[in-house]
Amino acid sequence: MRTEPALVSVPEGRADATKLAASGVSKTFRNARGEVVSALGEVDLSIRDGEFVCLIGPSGCGKTTLLNLFAGLDRPDTGEIAMDGKPVTGPGPDRAVLFQEPALFPWLSVRSNVEFALELIGVPRAERTERAMDWLRRVHLGRFANAQPHELSGGMRSRAALARALACQPQVLLADEPFAALDAQTREILQRELQEVWSETRNTFVFVTHNVREAVFLADRVVLMSAPPGRLVAEHRITAPRPREYEDVLLSKVVVDIHDHLLKEVEKVVEREREIA
Amino acid sequence: MSNGNGRLRSAGGQIAPRLAAIGLLLLAWWATTATGLLSESVLPSPGAVLSAFAESFATPDPPRESILQATQASLVRLVVGLTVGIVVGTAIGLAMAASAFVQRSIGGLMAGLQALPSIAWLPLAILWFGLSERAILFVVIIAAIPAMAIASASSIRLVPPLLVRAGRTLGARSWVLQRRVILPAAVPGYVAGLQSAWALSWRALMAGELISTGGKGLGHLLDANRQVFLVSRIFAVMLMIIIVGMVVEALFGVLERRIGNRRGLLVAA
Repeated sequence: MRTEPALVSVPEGRADATKLAASGVSKTFRNARGEVVSALGEVDLSIRDGEFVCLIGPSGCGKTTLLNLFAGLDRPDTGEIAMDGKPVTGPGPDRAVLFQEPALFPWLSVRSNVEFALELIGVPRAERTERAMDWLRRVHLGRFANAQPHELSGGMRSRAALARALACQPQVLLADEPFAALDAQTREILQRELQEVWSETRNTFVFVTHNVREAVFLADRVVLMSAPPGRLVAEHRITAPRPREYEDVLLSKVVVDIHDHLLKEVEKVVEREREIA
Repeated sequence: MSNGNGRLRSAGGQIAPRLAAIGLLLLAWWATTATGLLSESVLPSPGAVLSAFAESFATPDPPRESILQATQASLVRLVVGLTVGIVVGTAIGLAMAASAFVQRSIGGLMAGLQALPSIAWLPLAILWFGLSERAILFVVIIAAIPAMAIASASSIRLVPPLLVRAGRTLGARSWVLQRRVILPAAVPGYVAGLQSAWALSWRALMAGELISTGGKGLGHLLDANRQVFLVSRIFAVMLMIIIVGMVVEALFGVLERRIGNRRGLLVAA
């Protein structure tokens, strides 16, 4: 993997401890016809404590697979996933996950969804409501705390899922294209809000997306994955100070760079599909 | 406001066709009897059935019990039998959901049993238990078990994997995951199972009471009225059976709507 030179400013030399590490990790699946398909080639990736990393790549490159491995929802075929140097063996509340859909429990109100998550990590009953309301207000859902999830718009549901994840004060947040189903405007608003909230919490963040602009806007580091079987092919450090603006010219230049690179990887996928067809 | 109006209008839209169908049926029925071609002992007029229905609340004479007593006796049997059937069926269903082996073995058996009308068990039940209360209860229970087992197993298997994954990443494990995530998510499918179990048990109960003569209950009352050729009273008992069915279905409708509104599910009219 080659590292692109810093494009915006000199990187801060925070030589923090590694929070999450994938070493020599690969994963295969059986498809519907029973053939073994490689979802993820050998991947090595270290993520520093408090770092915001975006994974981008063509569809089928294994971004989601890698995220699920970090979450502990899947086990790698080879290699190891470790957090704070200890192997990850299953899912846990220290690594909150934002799925492609908000995954709220439909039988619970928005507030109860957050309170349930707090209950699971052992927060005493007396504190749950206050803590849930605090996080719901931070994502501008205070007034909708007693609504049922289906009564909210798509963007509000995504916010509720974010509040549920953050309320548990996880060490790591793993997000799998959490805004992919939203319209462009809502998506932009949520990206700004996420940036705001994250600036306060500074959780380690792994964010999967196929939207280059989103990745550059949010990340400290954008990691580009290859056409399947996914490997890491390049990374770009984004050192622009926060809060960032969408209109930032320097950021736009990085977006164009990464976009060209991503396009080449997508073309590889398309060519391969044409060969098969 | 407009919402309330819309709801009213749609409720009217649902009820009007039903009323029209019932009205048309009554009209045809009345017209047939009014021609005088059929005697009252074959097809009594709607009026005769209605007055027989009213009388059967009071007259305990030929059949020994009023229609209310018979209804009560039948409902007690239903509640007892259905409760046992639900408990046993749910337990089997949970085991089917928990183990692929149980699903393949017992699950296959349940699917087979569902094809067998439960009244087909009655001859066997009479041989085992005699012409007794227990024989009827057995048939009611056996009617509910396969439906409950299959519904509870499939409602658990069909829980969206996303919700299970979300629960696991939030830290819910084993028993907590089952009780707080999987079971609540399975509720709508389970209620649908209850609904079909009740209907199957009710039919089995009526058939069982009808065949194992003597004793109390709406099925017995049907047969008692047949023996003394009181056709209008047979119709009156049938009317009562239908009314009980409609009341229970309406209660299920309320339950379904409540669950559906809470979760944003579409509820069929």
